[in-house]
Amino acid sequence: MLAQTATMKWTAVSVRVPTAPRMNDVTAQSATTRLREAKTVSRAIVKVNDLSWMTGGPQGSGVDSSANIFAGACVLGGLWTFGLREYYSSIKGPHSYFEVRVNGDKIRSHVNNVDVLATFDAETLIRHADEVTSGGGILYDPTFANIEIDRVDTIETPVVLRIKARLAKQGLPGTVTGILDEARKRGVNLFPIQYNDIIAKTAAQIGEHQLSKLSRIVNVLSVSASFAILGFDETYLNQSIERAFASKKKVVDMNEIGAKLAYDAAKTQLKQPFPFQLQPIQNQPRLLLMGVEAVALGKLVGGCRVQTYYPITPAADESEFLESHGNFDISAGNNLSQKGSILVTQTEDEIAAITMATGAALTGARAATSTSGPGFSLMVEGLGWAGMNEVPLVITHYQRGGPATGQPTRHEQGDLKFILSAAHGEFPRIVLCSGDMEESFYDAIRIFNYAERFQMPSIHLIDKGLANNSMTISPPKADLVPIQRGKLIQGDHQGNGNGEPYRRFAFTEDGVSPRAVLGMPGYRFWNTGDEHDEMGHIEEDPDNRVKMMTKRMTKLETSAKEIPEDEKFNFFRSSKKQADVTIVSWGSTKGPILDAMKLLERDGIGVEFLQIRLVSPFPTETVKQKLAGAKLVVGIEQNYSGQMAAVIAEKTMIDVKNKIVKFNGRPMSQDEIYQSVKQVISNPAQNRRVVLTHGA
Amino acid sequence: MALKLTDLKTEVHNDWCPGCGDFGIEASLKMALTEMPVDINKVALFSGIGCSSKLVHFTNAFGIHTLHGRVLGYAQGAKLANPDLEVIAVGGDGDGLGIGVGHFVHAGRRNIDMAYIIHDNGVYGLTKGQASPTLHLGMQTKSLPEPNINSSINPIMLALASGFTFIARSYAYNTRHLKEMIKKAVAHKGFALIDALQPCPTYNDINTKEWYGGEDRIDPATKRPMPRTYDLESTGYNGRITADMSEDEVDKNLLQVIEKSREWGDKIPIGVFYQNETVPIYEERISERSPIYLKEPPARQQLAKEDGKSVVNLANLSKGLLFESLVLAQ
Repeated sequence: MLAQTATMKWTAVSVRVPTAPRMNDVTAQSATTRLREAKTVSRAIVKVNDLSWMTGGPQGSGVDSSANIFAGACVLGGLWTFGLREYYSSIKGPHSYFEVRVNGDKIRSHVNNVDVLATFDAETLIRHADEVTSGGGILYDPTFANIEIDRVDTIETPVVLRIKARLAKQGLPGTVTGILDEARKRGVNLFPIQYNDIIAKTAAQIGEHQLSKLSRIVNVLSVSASFAILGFDETYLNQSIERAFASKKKVVDMNEIGAKLAYDAAKTQLKQPFPFQLQPIQNQPRLLLMGVEAVALGKLVGGCRVQTYYPITPAADESEFLESHGNFDISAGNNLSQKGSILVTQTEDEIAAITMATGAALTGARAATSTSGPGFSLMVEGLGWAGMNEVPLVITHYQRGGPATGQPTRHEQGDLKFILSAAHGEFPRIVLCSGDMEESFYDAIRIFNYAERFQMPSIHLIDKGLANNSMTISPPKADLVPIQRGKLIQGDHQGNGNGEPYRRFAFTEDGVSPRAVLGMPGYRFWNTGDEHDEMGHIEEDPDNRVKMMTKRMTKLETSAKEIPEDEKFNFFRSSKKQADVTIVSWGSTKGPILDAMKLLERDGIGVEFLQIRLVSPFPTETVKQKLAGAKLVVGIEQNYSGQMAAVIAEKTMIDVKNKIVKFNGRPMSQDEIYQSVKQVISNPAQNRRVVLTHGA
Repeated sequence: MALKLTDLKTEVHNDWCPGCGDFGIEASLKMALTEMPVDINKVALFSGIGCSSKLVHFTNAFGIHTLHGRVLGYAQGAKLANPDLEVIAVGGDGDGLGIGVGHFVHAGRRNIDMAYIIHDNGVYGLTKGQASPTLHLGMQTKSLPEPNINSSINPIMLALASGFTFIARSYAYNTRHLKEMIKKAVAHKGFALIDALQPCPTYNDINTKEWYGGEDRIDPATKRPMPRTYDLESTGYNGRITADMSEDEVDKNLLQVIEKSREWGDKIPIGVFYQNETVPIYEERISERSPIYLKEPPARQQLAKEDGKSVVNLANLSKGLLFESLVLAQ
């Protein structure tokens, strides 16, 4: 019976969600509310504080910093941002882009369309111009007009052919001019910016004769020109520039002078008000951060004092943040130094990373290692040892495109089943998946609590989308999650009091034994990867084996009982009583799902969303209860096979019959989820498996 | 209360083969521990996988029996998290120079203040006698179907190239010498290696106790065997590098380490090949970044106040990410 229900017979229906209303199908796509709204934007109607802005350029040319300066200026103006960061596994040259969505309210995802495309190279223009909304705008360097598309050698041949064919169909030349003409015909506003002139003027103003020294300001010029057409006061940009280049007065000056010139140059081009406007609002102080930073902050607050790592994308950014914040202020009454510090050690490989972190954990320090797929693959033997010896080791795992090297800089949720079963033999582990910045922060604290309370390796599972995307959030609270150390024996004991030798693996009802650490007088213990007795010595006796296995596995039940329900899952539901659809998902799809829910609700569709956070131990009863009576269950995941759906089937015997999956390496957008959920609702039987493909 | 040898005994049954060199290494280590000014409560023994690595279970000190080839990872992690521990790692030659050789090299680069004893018998004992990385090319020990097809690693030379700051060799059945080497290794400030030669009576039928003892070479004058090992110090050798040495003197010393490390066969030097305390230890390098490190290492930092709330000042920590919204005068 189980075998039958679990057998997946999919009708693969691949839909390409349009990136923008095209010339010929503007009316055909009634798809998203957002698109409908976009259509209604006429030159008279202005859309305020609801914008999708994109910049791009060769990797290493400052795309990230210009996007961060743009987002920073918006946040200084009280607005909320979400940033989608896409880059190649390369250091210099290939194309990267950064989409920043800005809103007057908190937002959690990106959208398919771009309202303003700020370019300073030909490639960004060529690749992304067709994503720009009708009524939106493109800023570009007019000196690129004659560049032929097939001369831009960093664009892959299939992409070149696709774009040229598209232009040819419209009778347009295969050049930047063709791209611009196409956009103009679609009602996109074009803003040529003479970057070279502005750079020359800036150079003259600061008395710099070498123009090449100023070439890097070009991306800030495009940011500034964007703000000019968006009607956003230049003060915010200047403040943002000053933050970004705080220590470099000369760099600040050249950027601010250039920004002013670019701002004025763009403004003079506005014949009428641009249909998208940004207006500052008053707001509380907020953080603008990436997922890796949220995790790092949580780790420090949560008491992590040793972190080991081997360089890997995208996990290494977290360790670098920790290292650059290695000495921090603390406020403990009896601590004289009022300083804390974390030891961040770069190891020779991931095997050393996990074994060093485990050794550190044996001393009582809260210790973690942080990695991505290939690194975790190397760690699994060490994971098993930590399981066997009941070590509270924390692993932060950032999923990226696999298998093998896969897509090192791209997004995927392909490691769930691997994480759940990695390493030979059976042992309990905690696997906790965060869905957004706030959860990443708090879960980074909780995962140490779980590790110590239940004395088992504990994995904090995150994904590339969450790791690298940026978002504006209200500052999290340092004391919301108290530090819980479970049965750790604390203080300077001189013995365990009862004259009996200390037994590190003493049998207890809940499976958890009082835990001493290395160097604690009176609490001598042994560890071994072999099966062992209560002292920790090798023991192959079959009766002991049964008792010891049972003890370890009991801890999984203990953790399932003791971890509060609200830490295991989130359940969201729209106001409508009977839900038309119940979405089940995990990880960073949370953001676009929550944003899409608002659009679905607006269409009168009642939506429930079960976000599973704790996967081991699995909240079986809750999932059963939430899904059993559902009208239509849709599993949404960023992998090929629907791994969480498989886990659900294994644990609850519930077959998630409808799935929306994506595995092209790009995170799901709000629009994709909105449209594909509607597609499934319209005909569930014909849409058992919807494959999303948006993203460049 | 001085530590006695009997204090270091555990109840665990010792299952090494009779005549195993491991016994000599165990005895030397225990003797060294009783003679050194160390607090046994601070001693943490780490081992890898293999016959030799069972040693920790036979010794009454904190004993962490880890994974094959990974002893240095665990041991270094513990030492860094709590530098007050006296960390001693042990393991076989296959463990440390085969599967774990990457960690061996990088431990040299770090120079953490700890000691590492390699039980070097040329074979993988616990898997029934395959060739280990220190078995010489062309040797055919008892269970090898064919002679060894690989060249051997020279642990002394590899350690020197990797940056170890104390490199010694001893012999399992010269317990007095080995004990002194262990005491020196533990006292050394930095990462210390002892290559402890040992017979494997079950699988290495070439480098046997009799072979090391020179029983095949009877001195015609004394009619007594001429042992193959000899003490470096007895020849006036001094492998110490000191701060006042010129570059030339240092080079000369390094060359003599290489030269001595190549001696094998009828003349096998034991003793301290190299010692260099002018290289800062890893703990000192960390202290330069984090001044509180040695006083409040990771294992001893206060994480929470009495109510469980974190001690970390998050506002200060996240200052660089915080954006105050800017209100402009209209």
